[in-house]
Amino acid sequence: MSAGPIAELEGLLGDYPLDDAFDEMREPNGELREHYCALAETLAKLPTDELKRRKQSADISFLTQGITFTVYGRDEGTERIFPYDMLPRLITAREWEHIERGLTQRITALNHFLRDIYSDARILNEKVVPQELVYSCKQFRRQMRGLQVPRNVYIAVIGSDLLRLNTGEFVVLEDNLRVPSGVSYMLTNRRVMKRTFPQLFHNYGVRPIERYPQLLLSTLRSLAPEGRPEPNIVLLTPGVFNSAYFEHTYLARQMGIDLVEGRDLVTHDNIVYMRTTDGLKRVDVIYRRVDDDFSDPLVFRPDSILGCSGLFNAYRAGNVTVTNAFGTGVADDKALYAYVPKIIRYYLDEDPILPNVETFLMTDEKERKHVLANLDKLVVKAVGESGGYGMLIGPHSTAAQREEFAQRIEANPRNYIAQPTLDFSRAPCLIGDQLEPRHVDLRPYILFGDKVNIVPGGLTRVALEKGSLVVNSSQGGGSKDTWVLQD
Amino acid sequence: MLSRVADSLYWMSRYLERAENTARQLDVTMNLMLDPGEASAETRWKRFVASLGRPTGLEWNGDLEAMTRGLVFDTSNHASVIYCVNCARENARQVREEISSEQWQRLNRLFHHVHSPNTQLQARDNLSDVLAGVLDGIHLFKGVTDTTMLHGQGWQFIRLGRYLERAYATATLLEVFHPDLLSLPDHEHSGYKYLEQVGLLRCCTAFEAYCQVYTADIDADRILEFLVLNRDFPHAIRYCIEGSLQAIDSIQRSGGRRPPEELRAAIGRLHAMLGYTTVNEIISGDAAAFLHSIRVQCMAIHEQIYGHYVHYSIQSALTV
Repeated sequence: MSAGPIAELEGLLGDYPLDDAFDEMREPNGELREHYCALAETLAKLPTDELKRRKQSADISFLTQGITFTVYGRDEGTERIFPYDMLPRLITAREWEHIERGLTQRITALNHFLRDIYSDARILNEKVVPQELVYSCKQFRRQMRGLQVPRNVYIAVIGSDLLRLNTGEFVVLEDNLRVPSGVSYMLTNRRVMKRTFPQLFHNYGVRPIERYPQLLLSTLRSLAPEGRPEPNIVLLTPGVFNSAYFEHTYLARQMGIDLVEGRDLVTHDNIVYMRTTDGLKRVDVIYRRVDDDFSDPLVFRPDSILGCSGLFNAYRAGNVTVTNAFGTGVADDKALYAYVPKIIRYYLDEDPILPNVETFLMTDEKERKHVLANLDKLVVKAVGESGGYGMLIGPHSTAAQREEFAQRIEANPRNYIAQPTLDFSRAPCLIGDQLEPRHVDLRPYILFGDKVNIVPGGLTRVALEKGSLVVNSSQGGGSKDTWVLQD
Repeated sequence: MLSRVADSLYWMSRYLERAENTARQLDVTMNLMLDPGEASAETRWKRFVASLGRPTGLEWNGDLEAMTRGLVFDTSNHASVIYCVNCARENARQVREEISSEQWQRLNRLFHHVHSPNTQLQARDNLSDVLAGVLDGIHLFKGVTDTTMLHGQGWQFIRLGRYLERAYATATLLEVFHPDLLSLPDHEHSGYKYLEQVGLLRCCTAFEAYCQVYTADIDADRILEFLVLNRDFPHAIRYCIEGSLQAIDSIQRSGGRRPPEELRAAIGRLHAMLGYTTVNEIISGDAAAFLHSIRVQCMAIHEQIYGHYVHYSIQSALTV
């Protein structure tokens, strides 16, 4: 049945390579996967010029809408449009159901873990997770110890990164429990794609994601301090120079809440207010897009001017909800990541639905020796970094780089972990006039208020450079719309 | 509304008004220079710079073409069109969630238009077309502002910025042109002077409206009367001050805070002064001083707005 479309696609495919990596569109024998047939037929029917024209009109739409991110360290042209690919990534209903269950389980367990380590620390006392790993984590916040968090929800907004291995199985690469970003690209990609391929979109029966801002708002509302039936909810941004500023304004506008900066907030008698043209107005819930370190100069970094002095005391007094809570970064530390399967078993007494990637801890002498001997095959990551910084990709590294990392690992083993270089899945992208496979990951967005909510989809990030394994937007990555199909 | 947001909307609006004023005055001035006239290019340029409020970096250097291009495209010159558009957009970007998508897209297009290399090329051939494009962009922005934005406090701050900037600009323009054009006896009427006076009206897009009120009979006193005291013409100072007063009233009505008496008084005083003066009184007195006092009062009103809505002290807010 797929012989027809493949033949018609010939011109677009060129020498589309297939190897060990899982290809999202094609079976190992070269045939199209069933759910990609309709997409392939549509593409085959379009004249190449038409694809280009649609790409251009979508580009202009991104630019005039100002859907851009900021590139640090340049004066002119500091705004770039976020590179994206025209072809949607398709996920079947069955695959999604599995992902959804897996993430719900994982997030529930991680929230239990945070509550535990900031109260009785049972899991540490029972030595399921080594306590030195938790207490040596830079993201562990002593100040949170014994503090009552509304509804016991530490992590309300999460974005976990999934990869698909060559077995076709989805694994979790990391959990972003601090201030995950990118959800605005998920939403705007969808809007542009609906305009670019209206008929195709309609025929596929894609599950909608547009409710996300409303779900986020009700999640935030459900976490308001008691006795505040009509809470004043705000989004706290570091300001216009932050790379995700577009997203902050986008979400605030979509939710109809005020976008505040630290300088808009003042505290008095442990109550947080914002400065308005009508005087001071009390703030009840803060959706925080500022890192722990910069949130309150009295408690965290004293040299920060992005946050609000006295915020933490107001939080401790229960007069304002800040979410995500402070100190959640301890649970997405890359060394603690290795213990997440154990954490799931400990709190939920269940086997993990979504597996981890095999991870070597440098604090373990045997594992460290193994890693140092095999640096050219492994990926080494600093535990507290994100955005693709502080990484060594063994097969793509030079001897000098490996030597440098070996020294760094010896000097501070706690700060590094290693993982096998994953040959994760590839999806077709429009490169020039042709389809070429590029590596993709998947970041679904999870909301956790009175219950766990995951909109069907997420941000598929693409390593647009040929052969590259790095999908981060700061490192030349782009994105794709993600279509979760109905049954 | 957040004080910072009100501040940004106010300045976004002021900067756009300023860009519009610069573009229009530049277009008119370049047009006047086509006719030889009594005044040299240098005199005209200096008068033009004075009517922009004497920004620095625009001293006469003989190369008219380079100077005009600088006034449009030089981002380091704080009076240039491009600088004002940049500032307006930067302010808008900081309150992206407060303005409508249509407004943002309009402003973005204007921004990309003035930054496009094509536009700069076009300016070498025909500056007037480029300026017309800029003015179009600004008018479109104002149009979508009025039709797509909630007419709440934010919109009122936009109006307030627009009217105060415009009243100030018109007063500056008249103050500069007054000694040359408006205070000479009328029998010195030459064809060139007529052109200059029409140019003055054009700087405020007022020529056609003037003709509707007074016919094409151009007369210095009438120009002054029209641009200062007319209630119905949007660039007349009185109209602008009335608009500002309405904006302030709306802001006060929509907020729960005690209305600031000083602000109301400052703007009411200027409004009354313009409402109960005749042009004869202005001419027989010290017209230059009168125009100057309008500018001083506009600045005082600006300070009051700031003190009450943007930079107020926390103590004063807590005691309310």
